[in-house]
Amino acid sequence: MRKVYSRIEAIAGNVITVTADDVRYGHLAMVTTRYGKSLAEVIRLDGNRVSLQVFAGGRGISTGDEVVFLGHPMQVSFSDNLLGRIFDGRGTPRDAGPPLEDNLIEIGGPSVNPAMRIIPRNMIRTGIPMIDVFNSLVESQKLPIFSVSGEPYNELLSRIAMQAEVDMIILGGMGLKYDDYLYFREVLEEGGAMSRTVFFVHTASDPVVECLLVPDISLAVAEKFALGGKRVLVLLTDMTNFADSMKEIAITMEQVPSNRGYPGDLYSQLASRYEKAVDFEGAGSITILGVTTMPGDDVTHPVPDNTGYITEGQYYLRNGRIEPFGSLSRLKQLVNDKTRDDHRAVMDGMITLYANYRESVEKRSMGFRMSEWDTKLLKYGALFESEMMDLSVNIPLEQALDRGWSILAECFAPAESGLRTELINRFWPSTGGSPGSVAATAESGSDGETA
Amino acid sequence: MSQSTGRVLGVNGNMVSVIVEGDVALNEVGYITVDSDGEEKRLKSEVIRVRGDRAEVQVFEMTRGIGVDDRVEFTGELLAVELGPGLLGRVYDGLQNPLPELAAQCGFFLDRGVYLNALDRKLTWAFTPKVAVGETVERADTLGIVPEGIFEHRIMVPFNRYGSYTVRQIASAGEYTVDHEIARLADKDGNEIGVTMMFEWPVKRAVDCYAERLKPEDPMVTKVRIIDTFFPVALGGTYCIPGPFGAGKTVLQQITSRNAEVDIVIVAACGERAGEVVETLREFPELTDPRTGRTLMERTVIICNTSSMPVAAREASVYTAVTIAEYYRQMGLNVLLLADSTSRWAQAMREMSGRLEEIPGEEAFPAYLESVIAGFYERAGVVRLRDGGHGSVTIGGTVSPAGGNFEEPVTQATLKVVGAFHGLSRERSDARRYPSIHPLESWSKYRGPIDRGMVEYARDALHRGNEVGQMMKVVGEEGTSLDDYLWYLKSEFTDAVYLQQNAFDMVDAAVDTERQRFAFAMLFTLLTRKLSFAAKEEARSWFAELRQRFIDFNGAKWQGDEFNRLHKEIVSTIEARTAGTEENAEQLVGERG
Ligand SMILES: Nc1ncnc2c1ncn2[C@@H]1O[C@H](COP(=O)(O)OP(=O)(O)OP(=O)(O)O)[C@@H](O)[C@H]1O
Ligand SMILES: [Mg+2]
Repeated sequence: MRKVYSRIEAIAGNVITVTADDVRYGHLAMVTTRYGKSLAEVIRLDGNRVSLQVFAGGRGISTGDEVVFLGHPMQVSFSDNLLGRIFDGRGTPRDAGPPLEDNLIEIGGPSVNPAMRIIPRNMIRTGIPMIDVFNSLVESQKLPIFSVSGEPYNELLSRIAMQAEVDMIILGGMGLKYDDYLYFREVLEEGGAMSRTVFFVHTASDPVVECLLVPDISLAVAEKFALGGKRVLVLLTDMTNFADSMKEIAITMEQVPSNRGYPGDLYSQLASRYEKAVDFEGAGSITILGVTTMPGDDVTHPVPDNTGYITEGQYYLRNGRIEPFGSLSRLKQLVNDKTRDDHRAVMDGMITLYANYRESVEKRSMGFRMSEWDTKLLKYGALFESEMMDLSVNIPLEQALDRGWSILAECFAPAESGLRTELINRFWPSTGGSPGSVAATAESGSDGETA
Repeated sequence: MSQSTGRVLGVNGNMVSVIVEGDVALNEVGYITVDSDGEEKRLKSEVIRVRGDRAEVQVFEMTRGIGVDDRVEFTGELLAVELGPGLLGRVYDGLQNPLPELAAQCGFFLDRGVYLNALDRKLTWAFTPKVAVGETVERADTLGIVPEGIFEHRIMVPFNRYGSYTVRQIASAGEYTVDHEIARLADKDGNEIGVTMMFEWPVKRAVDCYAERLKPEDPMVTKVRIIDTFFPVALGGTYCIPGPFGAGKTVLQQITSRNAEVDIVIVAACGERAGEVVETLREFPELTDPRTGRTLMERTVIICNTSSMPVAAREASVYTAVTIAEYYRQMGLNVLLLADSTSRWAQAMREMSGRLEEIPGEEAFPAYLESVIAGFYERAGVVRLRDGGHGSVTIGGTVSPAGGNFEEPVTQATLKVVGAFHGLSRERSDARRYPSIHPLESWSKYRGPIDRGMVEYARDALHRGNEVGQMMKVVGEEGTSLDDYLWYLKSEFTDAVYLQQNAFDMVDAAVDTERQRFAFAMLFTLLTRKLSFAAKEEARSWFAELRQRFIDFNGAKWQGDEFNRLHKEIVSTIEARTAGTEENAEQLVGERG
């Protein structure tokens, strides 16, 4: 029989303190209040004074409530029965299905030995040209979508989830609006993907501590599936809510904040989650796609800033489109040389021209005269935005590359494209200008990558 | 030191309070015994504060499962690394645990409480004695040598054996393991000690067994043009690379770790992505070092404590790295230590300082941040060894400033102590102008291989061109004079063909001093010439064409046909446009004769 402690000495925010013996750091306790039971986790030991963070929150806890220590850390049930199910941050069902209790695994386990990692090599196709062509997503990559509230980042996530060539999807929702939660469920159900999906969802109205558990529980389950050979895509939205929950606990624990109230270990905390992305040699993989909303649209805010230092690139979602500038997949060069011969050249060439287009737009807005070249660029920019950048565009990579060539042909003479002659001869659409017609050189290729 | 024991009093993250029975030293190592799934694990930790009989230790592992009253065993030893032959080519974590061997034992994950020998005890080394019985030796004196890859690895009197000794016995030439006794030494009282080919040294103490520290004078060639020409690093010097995320810090260090003209490179991956280390780890064994013809791995040691590995070990990792660097310096070698990123190390200190409830300084970093950073970089240096030879440790650290803003404690503290500053700019990396070192804001106190006067001239040209560029944003091209416009074009040209370097081009990726001198002279000629153009448009396309040719030239094999042809073309193209020498260059050009 486990010992029952019925004297809570302090209650501050979501943290309670009891006097107890034989308690271990990181283990769980069950707190029983008149509103129900809640799990709590030991977050500090000081002699026999034990501080716990209560998953359901501190509200309503009375000093006379009962605390029973369970003698183990946070666990989640792992089996194929998880598939198609929806849980909250603690792993209790949100759907009508039965609770799962068999084969419990610990969450927040050790990290992968760097010596066991391999160089990523497989592209994940999404059907979104701004990703597939310009910033390819790679299996085992960790990549956030930087955005602001109001942008369709969850729509983008669900689209990628539906189209990505992976074996299964784990959605970790943090501070998700209830509508968004329903939206995800609907999309996956309609697309017939529910049977290969597991949801761990914390909604905006759920206790804040549960939000903290979502990445760990999602990634622990993902890791087991990956070790079993599955290619798992983990979607985490919104990691800023996760960081804010951490901030709240840190402040309750009277930790000295480092930057805008966030704890000094924000970087390490985020990194230990994102670094779970991995490709297990001889087994499956974990790819992490997150959402990080930027408070005040400020990328130097501690959450996006620390995230950028951890992840392997980022997609900026702005005005409903993935921005070509700032967006970066740091692993793309590992895969885009194996797709089609013109992939890299089209990627570099089109972006260089798009950058020139932006300059022309700026010149125009300052009232400078538009040259013939500027006019061509303006036409190109408009086409690029509607035919490539628009999120409604949904075509395979090869088709997107073809489309790239036809946009170029519609706007420029071959020599103006800045692309190599050899590629132009192979790929330039015959209906466009004839190769080598206009001699003007485009101001491009200065980074040497197009050459 | 006696070996004390203790009991756990409290746990707060990775900091554990212990009540100690007996004596305990600051930085002493202790092991916390914890029951983990029915298995007993011993978790390595280091004493970071002592107050009366209470000690705070930082645990180098996850602390989950530790409970009050758990037993702690102190070792009487400070946190130390093993030094001896067999370090080169290895991959260690921050505590010198060999990661591939750990993987062979534990599989995919880093199980806690597993500590393996850093040096292989089974491998034998071909020892040749260098002293005779009866000779007097001191610490760091050479007793013998073993070949380690391409180097002559000195087997030295352990650095912690103070005083002088007489050699009583010395092993004859032969194959021995590192823990085999190869000598017996007697101190002045006649007490004998046995010496093996390995010993330990506490990581947080600088190795100081040299005759004298010298001023860093000779350049450390990185083969990156913008560095060697404009912001050179000296052998035994220090430099830092601050920059926002994605600006190219890691890529720059990776390039340097391949191409730098040094004997040994220690890569300290400190709190960054594991994936980046994997690239080095998988590629180096395949790449040939042009200097030696052997693989790059044979001159490299990787210390790898990536971001999801325990934070306390991250703090230790930079010290582990620098201690190994200092050890090889004692053999008369030039060692380069690359640390990525020192900000993560500083953050590890910040986390611990917070748990110790120390009074925080700016951005919650501890008040001693500056002195600790200074102390680390001070371990670099060129030294004259007691045998008259020279060795050096050069340290280059990246800094990851919050928000990319250099006005923050770690960048500022680092700038105070380093000899060169390679500041990466977001603007340049966004424009894909790699390496994105800012040509106007960066600086170096060291001398490079290229004539200073000429470099200054080029720097002025960059400044002037930049000013014109700024002005042009306001008044447009129409409002700029042709003369000003030409300075703008010259500086853009310099940027495109000299400052930028294509890391993916076989030839351009690494440019040695000879070729840099050659290319810079060509550039210098252009910069100092007055060029005659009728209009801006004409000038612009002339420069665009010359640029393309120069970039091709950069990619052409040194002194091959293509190289010679392009060189001639470029020179004659410039000559054809020349209408005299720029006034401010007359003296310089004259001096060069
Ligand atoms: N010299 C270069 N040549 C070509 N591309 C580069 C170069 N340097 C950087 N890049 C590009 O920029 C990306 C980011 O570079 P890198 O990883 O070095 O940034 P970082 O400054 O270390 O960022 P973080 O602080 O997040 O670690 C690379 O993946 C690569 O695509
Ligand atoms: Mg980096």
